[in-house]
Amino acid sequence: MKTIYPSSITKAVSELCIRANHVLRDDVLQALKLALRRESDKKAKRIFKAILENAAVAKKERLAICQDTGLPTVFVELGQEVRIKGDLRSALAKGVEEGYRRGFLRSSIVRDPLARTKPGYLPPIMHIDIVKGKKLKLTVLPKGFGCENKTQLKMFLPTACTEEIKQFIVAAVKAAGPDACPPYVVGVGIGGTADYACLLAKKALLCRITHNARRTTQLERDVLREINQLRIGPMGLGGKTTALAVNILTYPTHIAGLPVAVNISCHALRSATTTLCA
Amino acid sequence: MKKLTLPLTEKDIISLRAGDEVFLTGTLYTARDQAHRMIAEAIARRKRIPFTLKNAMIYYCGPTQAQKGKAIGACGPTTSSRMDIFTPALLNAGVKGMIGKGQRSLQVRQAIREHKAVYFLTYAGCAALLHRYVKKAKVVAFRELGPEAVHQLYVELFPVIVGIDAQGTDVYKKRGI
Repeated sequence: MKTIYPSSITKAVSELCIRANHVLRDDVLQALKLALRRESDKKAKRIFKAILENAAVAKKERLAICQDTGLPTVFVELGQEVRIKGDLRSALAKGVEEGYRRGFLRSSIVRDPLARTKPGYLPPIMHIDIVKGKKLKLTVLPKGFGCENKTQLKMFLPTACTEEIKQFIVAAVKAAGPDACPPYVVGVGIGGTADYACLLAKKALLCRITHNARRTTQLERDVLREINQLRIGPMGLGGKTTALAVNILTYPTHIAGLPVAVNISCHALRSATTTLCA
Repeated sequence: MKKLTLPLTEKDIISLRAGDEVFLTGTLYTARDQAHRMIAEAIARRKRIPFTLKNAMIYYCGPTQAQKGKAIGACGPTTSSRMDIFTPALLNAGVKGMIGKGQRSLQVRQAIREHKAVYFLTYAGCAALLHRYVKKAKVVAFRELGPEAVHQLYVELFPVIVGIDAQGTDVYKKRGI
């Protein structure tokens, strides 16, 4: 049995929180640059330049890309041959707290969702999967709530056709409109149960954005094309790019149903990953 | 592109048209969800609040903490529509403008027209970039709310776009969204 100590988990998570919030993901940056090149509308071009400049300022001055540093979410893939000497959850939480404090990130979490008293950094959302192997993979996704508020779930009939699903995804983006910081990255979860489809939709945001036709599905390309025909554009002020990408994850489901969840991310899609070896 | 000094005069406000790009210099007050709830409550109960709403420009923003030697942290706009239910009361109390992101309700649009006010958009998701235009910042009300406290900001050439003008024209409606 290989051992990983809580202190190294805390340190890793702390660094991930800072990296995710200060340094925009490389694939997102590339997608934004591509969108700027493709755009012909003057205002849209100016907004893309502001978005890119924002990423540069954040990186250089070690500032949060967005003031909404999210409800920090930690995805853990724990190899079953790894032994953690101590408490995993408190190591993760401690890492989030340290990272958010050191990175001057925002305390946006209210302990009681109804009383809503003074906000702090904790607790994070923790998704812990036990997987094969002897590694520990950690991912931090600090997603803002402007776009999290636009999440949608629909339980389709098992006889529904793909076109209906497509229209539901496009309608979810249309409903978000200019409010959730377009251009978006659209995460979609299809299948599983209601809760699992929502988790898949969120995990879809962790997939690398690619415009390589061999790495995207027909459905992803079709939905992206239709979303961009909405012409919401950056800041909702028009343009060719309403979404940078559509990422769909699927899972087997029940004969009686077809859950579909849509989790929209703003253009500042932030996440960071590291792997610890025992 | 226009450069305007805060507080805006009636003449300034009336000259603005939805879609205009403007640079603002002067004082803004940040306020978001909980601060709005508390301000609206104070207005309803005729209680005093520690800053004046008359001619104020409200910025829907909850900044991150400032690093040493800086006025403010990252400070982009939050979604304006969450403040819609409180906005008519604030306009009634003398607020002349708001800065945020996204669409507003019909009621807000009507109240903006009625009070000859203005709603600005600013670069959404560009919080690090926007921090450069903030020269001074201090908490003036509801400190217990943390990032949601009311901060008085002094900004120079803060970039905004007119979202809804005093005639009630909405930049998004113009585009059919």
